[in-house]
Amino acid sequence: MSEIIKNGQIQADEWTVLRLAEGDDAATIELPHGRVIVPLAVWLARRESLLAQAEAGVLGVWLTGSDDPAAIADDLPTLQLVAVNFPKFVDGRGYSIAALLRTRYGYGGELRAIGEVLRDQFFYMKRCGFDSMQPPAGRYTHAQLEAALASLGTFTEPYQSAVDVAEPLFRRHLRPAPAKEQA
Amino acid sequence: MYQYDEYDQRIVDERVAQYADQTARYLAGELSEDEFRPLRLQNGLYIQRHAPMLRIAVPYGNLRAEQLRMFAHIARTYDRGYGHFTTRQNLQFNWPKLEDVPEILRLLASVQMHGIQTSGNCIRNVTSDPFAGVAADEAIDPRPWCEIVRQWSTFHPEFAYLPRKFKIAVNGAQEDRAAIQIHDIGLDLRRDAEGKIGFRVLVGGGLGRTPILGEEVASFVPWQQILNYCEAVLRVYNLHGRRDNAYKARIKILVKALGVEEFARQVDAEFVHLKDGPSTLTQAEIDRVAGRFNDPVLTPLPADEAYRARLADDRAFANWARRNVRAHRLSGYASVVLSLKKSGIAPGDITAEQFDAVADLSERYAQGEARVLHEQNLAFASVREADLHDLWQQLHELGLATPNIGLLSDIISCPGGDFCSLANAKSIPIALAIQDRFDDLDHLHDIGDLELNISGCMNACGHHHVGHIGVLGVDKNGEEWYQVTIGGAQGNQASLGKVIGPSFAAAEMPDVVESLIRSYIDNRNEGEAFIDTVRRVGIEPFKTRVYAERSARQEERKPAHV
Repeated sequence: MSEIIKNGQIQADEWTVLRLAEGDDAATIELPHGRVIVPLAVWLARRESLLAQAEAGVLGVWLTGSDDPAAIADDLPTLQLVAVNFPKFVDGRGYSIAALLRTRYGYGGELRAIGEVLRDQFFYMKRCGFDSMQPPAGRYTHAQLEAALASLGTFTEPYQSAVDVAEPLFRRHLRPAPAKEQA
Repeated sequence: MYQYDEYDQRIVDERVAQYADQTARYLAGELSEDEFRPLRLQNGLYIQRHAPMLRIAVPYGNLRAEQLRMFAHIARTYDRGYGHFTTRQNLQFNWPKLEDVPEILRLLASVQMHGIQTSGNCIRNVTSDPFAGVAADEAIDPRPWCEIVRQWSTFHPEFAYLPRKFKIAVNGAQEDRAAIQIHDIGLDLRRDAEGKIGFRVLVGGGLGRTPILGEEVASFVPWQQILNYCEAVLRVYNLHGRRDNAYKARIKILVKALGVEEFARQVDAEFVHLKDGPSTLTQAEIDRVAGRFNDPVLTPLPADEAYRARLADDRAFANWARRNVRAHRLSGYASVVLSLKKSGIAPGDITAEQFDAVADLSERYAQGEARVLHEQNLAFASVREADLHDLWQQLHELGLATPNIGLLSDIISCPGGDFCSLANAKSIPIALAIQDRFDDLDHLHDIGDLELNISGCMNACGHHHVGHIGVLGVDKNGEEWYQVTIGGAQGNQASLGKVIGPSFAAAEMPDVVESLIRSYIDNRNEGEAFIDTVRRVGIEPFKTRVYAERSARQEERKPAHV
């Protein structure tokens, strides 16, 4: 069982991420047993039959960079886990998708980063509204993951508004201006 | 200039700690090359031809004496005794060791500096008018707005991994000295009919492989909303910019593909949701940031008579004053440009000794501040007219008083193939050869205003597209050749140069420039600058002359038949 970071702690993970291989049919592919995160295409093709599992909290949906979060906007009150896939860690679309899910669409459940999820991006992920991060299986040892927890707090007082802290620095703190100097 | 408060300082200190840890993990083999690359790039560190290159942010070109001295220290300790100013108002060191960079960044943080987001696919260092705050034609001081954009864009979590680099420039004067039309976002400060401040917003400008001038997406965004509006632009780009091909990944390609109207519509659709959100600026924040610039209070002085008398009877001083001294908004003061374009020196290069000396001079004559021009020169913003002669003499001794600002020998050049691993061809030797050919000051002054820009590859760091004469290094079967354009311009009448024809060998370049100059001199009207002659007569007379004289030279060199 792989380990993830959730709410700032390392946890064992019990979810399986279903990925479609070339030629797999979203409408008919067999779902693995247990808790499963299905791609958006599977959810859209079989929404009616999967709704009960989603309501029971054993089925989540993942989006990738080219997916429009509006496609699941109406389902967000039902879903308890939504994941956003980072096909490469330098593909930053997932940050905007996460921000949209949390702000525009008001999603309040677990928001998980999957795919090429690396510790040096944890801070930005947290700021964009991810509360769980799932690095690739085997990428980090338990000790490395423990050390990586510190990455969540690299910057203690960020400048700008984001999902985790909505107020920018200038609204959070009184920042004094110095007195004018006479030449 | 802007003084950090405890929060600004904490952010750069935390950045140093973060990067030190990342470097240690890279050296220990815990981070792969691919994983480490964007992390080092977003701290300004490239791996270059000979060694790493470290690019240090000079926010909108503002420097203090203690920072210049730190550059001198770093140049001596970690480099080969010099640095290089870039066309984005930044400073580069070409020889630091990767292992030393965390310590260099720690030293920089001790003087409120860093290499944050000077490279990589993120929002880069914001640039602006080097004469902000003192220019006679300034309507609104852009510096506080630049600083606000700098803080907002520093570690913006949503926009750290964009499809490609993203550059923002701000202008607040009549004459655009920030080149806002060649930036991903160009912000033009203005007042509406009621006198309220806002921004005209241009998007999608850029040079590189596909040079495009930015187009207006909003005619007036009220200042309170400017960060919300920029977030809307960035979000549309982050989600929809191309990621399949690095050469088509800049926002200019997205704007062209969608059309500016459709792009603006998509931005507006985002902006509706972001407007009046938490990033909305307040008057208190603007006042606070403006207050932290801590500008010296200058009192207007009567025009200095001794200065005028010297101009009349010291020709060398007058030549320098004509080219290197600029009008100031206050009487009795002037701005002074320090030329980093002395013949025989790579454009933009400066030694450790010069850094220290410029720091000393800035304290004596210029309130301890200096500015960086994107033309790769330095400036003192406010010098008393009464001090100009003394300052000139001292600059002259330092080799920083070449009276060539805006002239043919004030060449903009990227580091080129001598340093950069992206380059197709060398740039600096071309610049030096042209400077060497045109080293007669009287001739240079007669030729007048002429901007010659050289890039060693189509990434266009030397801004060749907007040079009155542009030179681009190209690779032809493994050999270095140079393509020449004329008619490009920066500023209010920005335009992209047109290619005059087949490219040239390096050794031909001084002759080619000479042919262009001869053609200009023959065609010009009284008092007409090179660029205006090109605009009036077109490129044909230039082209004809250049290739005719080239053929003649080739004929001459053919051995006679015996």
